[in-house]
Amino acid sequence: MAKNESNNRSVEKMSVKKVLMYVILVLWALVNLFPVYWMFTFSFKSNEEIFGKNLIGLPWEWRWHNYTSAWNTGNMPRYFINSVIVSVSAIALVIIASMMATYAITRLKWVGAKQMNAFFMLGLTIPIHASIVPVFITLRDLGILNSHASLIFPYAAFSLSMGILICTGFMVEIPKELDEAARIDGCGVWKTFGVVILPLMKPALATISIYSFLQCWNELMFANVFISKSEYKTLPVGIQALSGQYTTEWGPIGAALVIATFPMLIVYVFMSGKIQESFVVGAVKG
Amino acid sequence: MKKKDIINYINVFLFLLPALALFVGILIAPIIKSLYYSFFNWNGMGEMTWKGLGNYTELFTSDAIGFLKALRNAIILAALSVFIQLPVSLGLALVLGRGIRGEKPFLSIYFMPVLISTVVIGQLWLKIYNPDYGLLNSALRGLGLDNLTHIWLGEKGTALMAVFVPTLWQFVGYHMLLMYAGVKGVSPDIREAAKIDGANESQVNRYIVIPSIKPILKVSVIFAVTGSLKSFDLIYVLTNGGPLHATEVPSTVMIEMLFKRNRYGMGSAIAVMMIILCFAFALLITRAFKEKD
Repeated sequence: MAKNESNNRSVEKMSVKKVLMYVILVLWALVNLFPVYWMFTFSFKSNEEIFGKNLIGLPWEWRWHNYTSAWNTGNMPRYFINSVIVSVSAIALVIIASMMATYAITRLKWVGAKQMNAFFMLGLTIPIHASIVPVFITLRDLGILNSHASLIFPYAAFSLSMGILICTGFMVEIPKELDEAARIDGCGVWKTFGVVILPLMKPALATISIYSFLQCWNELMFANVFISKSEYKTLPVGIQALSGQYTTEWGPIGAALVIATFPMLIVYVFMSGKIQESFVVGAVKG
Repeated sequence: MKKKDIINYINVFLFLLPALALFVGILIAPIIKSLYYSFFNWNGMGEMTWKGLGNYTELFTSDAIGFLKALRNAIILAALSVFIQLPVSLGLALVLGRGIRGEKPFLSIYFMPVLISTVVIGQLWLKIYNPDYGLLNSALRGLGLDNLTHIWLGEKGTALMAVFVPTLWQFVGYHMLLMYAGVKGVSPDIREAAKIDGANESQVNRYIVIPSIKPILKVSVIFAVTGSLKSFDLIYVLTNGGPLHATEVPSTVMIEMLFKRNRYGMGSAIAVMMIILCFAFALLITRAFKEKD
């Protein structure tokens, strides 16, 4: 009898604890969701609603023309395309360079492979900002500031260390016997790399792409310093410029923020697992 | 035999070439060049005049540059990050990691801010902090707490914390995700065994889970501290170091030296200091975690 009672009490205590836990989890979820919700709703509102009449509710009047004016006033389509060009090219470079380097480091036999790997891993700790002066001066002297290339190569360089780290994680999993079998069949190292190893590295491809994409898509400092012409601005810099023009009208700024954010969020809804994984692989294996 | 070796080394070199060209050309060589520039007085165009360690001594003594204050701000941010942000992340990771209902949706929601561009987050918080129409002041007024309203980003007293809050908030999910991956790596059998031995949830966490995710905690602490030392984006969007340099961090001072005052030598000296600090802290943290073992 007494035992039963204490059991009941501990069950009650458990459930109170559990409820409390869920309350905290839900509150924290709201803290994370609310800014996005708010951004979405005010992007459709008029100043009148945003500034007092309807602070956090759904828009009374859905003003789609906030979106058309955001899209037409600045150079949003251009910024968007620039961001895509820069990110995709940088990712392609990272993938080629890190796949090849990782193959040399993990599969070929030579003295210094370990040291070479350690050398590349320096890039994980070095603050990339520290290279901005000489890179800026070199680009300026070459006359290629204000170009896609002035961002593509630096972005590729900054994601490279993580790329090699991720590749290494995947490549050591591929059995060495495959290389040997290929060699016996008369494949040289290049053919082995291209025909045997690369096709098996597809999972690494996705992981590296996601990781570097986010780095490139969101980068601000270099884009801000290297690009002053509107036609080469990427989204982060473009949005900064746009918000400078629209200091008094919030709706169109909100619309620009949504345009820059929602493609990412929609992709995230469908591939959250893969995206999360790409952030974990590098850090956990390192 | 010899010829084969040479061919092997040529192949190794060719495989490494793209990566080396990028890495050395855009990261390593420029950093060495930065070190070189940092010994000169240079406006970026004309003659460079040798200054020895002059830039560095000026950096640590001149109030006009305010590097020490910027460094202090960055260290405050690092401390907040380690002692507030990471514990929140760890708490969430431990709870979600033991497999509760709704684990995956919560995980995905908490990680979401990491994916949103810092510029977007900055613009949003500018609106939240807006003194006239922002959510924060509107909410305070609505609650009748008018005297608590502030010009959050414009007052010296509140600007620093107002900048730090979104910075810390944005990356809670990132650290949580890393730790969560670690927590999930703890074998369920060990958990079960401990429970059979009578350990409750918090004892399991304390004696089994946390010790076994120590390597990940180390990575998180390193990322949190070096990330704070080099933080830039949000601060640039929210205050750009103002008001009256109250929210300056090393990278904003560096950008100001370079592109507003054309002091390329001094800017380079700050870049070099940031590298040294990041490596020093990474080493210190690694050592601290080793000693604990």
